[in-house]
Amino acid sequence: MSETILATENLTKEFAGFVAVANVNLRVERGTIHALIGPNGAGKTTCFNLLTKFLQPTQGRIVFKGRDITALAPADVAQLGIVRSFQISAVFPHLTVLENVRIALQRRRGASFDFWRSKRVLDQFNERALKLVADVGLSDVVHVAAVELPYGRKRALEIATTLALDPEMLLLDEPTAGMGHEDVARIAALIKSVSANRTILMVEHNLSVVENLCQRITVLTRGRVLTEGDYQTVSNNPEVREAYMGTGHA
Amino acid sequence: MAVTSAPIAAAGRQGQSWSHVIAFVVMVGFFAIAPLFIYPLFLMKALCFALFACAFNLLLGYVGLLSFGHALYFGWASYLSAYAAKAWGFPPEFAILTGAATAAVLGLIAGSIAIRRQGIYFAMITLALAQMMYFFAVQAPFTGGEDGIQSVPRGWLFGLFDLRDQMTMYIAVLTIFLACFLLIYRIINSPFGEVLKAIRENEQRAISLGYKTDRYKLMAFVLSATFAGVAGATKAIVFQLASLTDVDWPMSGEVVLMALVGGLGTVFGPVAGAFIVVAMQNYLAQVGQWVLVIQGIIFVLCVLLFRRGVVGELAHYLRIRL
Ligand SMILES: Nc1ncnc2c1ncn2[C@@H]1O[C@H](COP(=O)(O)OP(=O)(O)OP(=O)(O)O)[C@@H](O)[C@H]1O
Ligand SMILES: [Mg+2]
Repeated sequence: MSETILATENLTKEFAGFVAVANVNLRVERGTIHALIGPNGAGKTTCFNLLTKFLQPTQGRIVFKGRDITALAPADVAQLGIVRSFQISAVFPHLTVLENVRIALQRRRGASFDFWRSKRVLDQFNERALKLVADVGLSDVVHVAAVELPYGRKRALEIATTLALDPEMLLLDEPTAGMGHEDVARIAALIKSVSANRTILMVEHNLSVVENLCQRITVLTRGRVLTEGDYQTVSNNPEVREAYMGTGHA
Repeated sequence: MAVTSAPIAAAGRQGQSWSHVIAFVVMVGFFAIAPLFIYPLFLMKALCFALFACAFNLLLGYVGLLSFGHALYFGWASYLSAYAAKAWGFPPEFAILTGAATAAVLGLIAGSIAIRRQGIYFAMITLALAQMMYFFAVQAPFTGGEDGIQSVPRGWLFGLFDLRDQMTMYIAVLTIFLACFLLIYRIINSPFGEVLKAIRENEQRAISLGYKTDRYKLMAFVLSATFAGVAGATKAIVFQLASLTDVDWPMSGEVVLMALVGGLGTVFGPVAGAFIVVAMQNYLAQVGQWVLVIQGIIFVLCVLLFRRGVVGELAHYLRIRL
């Protein structure tokens, strides 16, 4: 019934002898929101970098929809439908909100080496871009340069840009980090709403967000998978409490 | 919602190209009357450097790539243009095209080698390649070594216009400059140009959106080298001379200075910057070595005080884009 969309086999990454990711076997089911959690330095971001090929694994394989993507370039991975966000918000600072989203929409148009054509041809994307901008609540700042937005709104813009590619699979690295309460709720609701016919793998430190959104959770510590399961199972695991939450709280 | 906002989107861009149109008209107006009170030869020199600076700005201002070897394209295009006109008897239009094509090929080769490096390594590789080709220019017999290629015939443009006439030559140079300027403007404001700006702003993000950024950077590099080539090739015809000065590394530094003084990433900045630097060199020529010192001081002042450059500061002050 359920189908694996993304899987890794013994995924390993060493940095000059230091093993940041060790033999990780990950399985993400199509249509789920899957969380990757773990203490600081556990290797979550490194995992994302490996999956999107921003880093070359030392060992192991990555399979997306039955296809081995281990040898692909990062832009190819993105074109196949795995689009990531970054832990540090990644926008195009001196482009406006609208232009940020349009850059993503433009990619699907193909043939963007046409330096002799006016960029007016991109106006065809305005309507769709404005819709995406509205979805993340940025309609009031359409023509504001991204650099001038507060942090939470930059993240919202980043998500709108990512969604513009309509990717089959989204990799979100701490989408709510550094946000105020209201923004967290808004982004969580947005993630929920866009998860409809997509698969999402997300790194998230805010456990109530994880509890509300994610069907499945993988816990990483020191580069290894500690355990995996739904929120109940994982949060009741004493090892997880010790390694991640610390026995004191939670 | 979307319906009401769409016109605003269009209006926003309309407003900004409006200032460009006015600035362009002012610029063309200036060039039209300038020969009445400024020596055409000085103007032609400044125009060639203005085009060179615009070409350089395309790369640094809009892609964020600092090439420290642009003299390679400027200088070698000038050699090939001079050689084609003198030894092969090419008419000026074909001589200039020969120079531009040379620059394009050199740009493709150097670009392919340099483009994978980032930041300072990119600058160093472009410099190293330019130095290599400088030594080749010193050694190769056809460049004339220290003498360069002299008394290059200006010839007849399209077989119709006698370029020995100073005003005819000026109009030809102005036409070449304006055509290239508009083409560069179009490149910056094309779908391709939008991707370039995205790469300049955040290359990792552009990659994660599925752009093969190396290809875009290489394309921009070749375009920039080609325009630098047109500038160098035209200069060789105007001054009837191709020499080592134009392939040497101070020339690479000068174009950085021009773009910086005028305003990086602005459309008109490099033109203003080139005129300021060329004028300074002309009027300060009598003080000899001090030109270099004064240039150095201006460079430092620009970096410290006017980070946006002359045109950049003006645009900032008037709250428009220039
Ligand atoms: N390029 C690199 N070179 C060397 N070491 C690295 C590199 N990238 C990450 N590391 C190391 O790998 C380990 C895992 O880092 P990673 O960023 O994946 O952790 P994380 O789980 O995302 O942590 P956080 O919750 O703080 O974001 C860390 O010890 C880090 O110092
Ligand atoms: Mg991380």
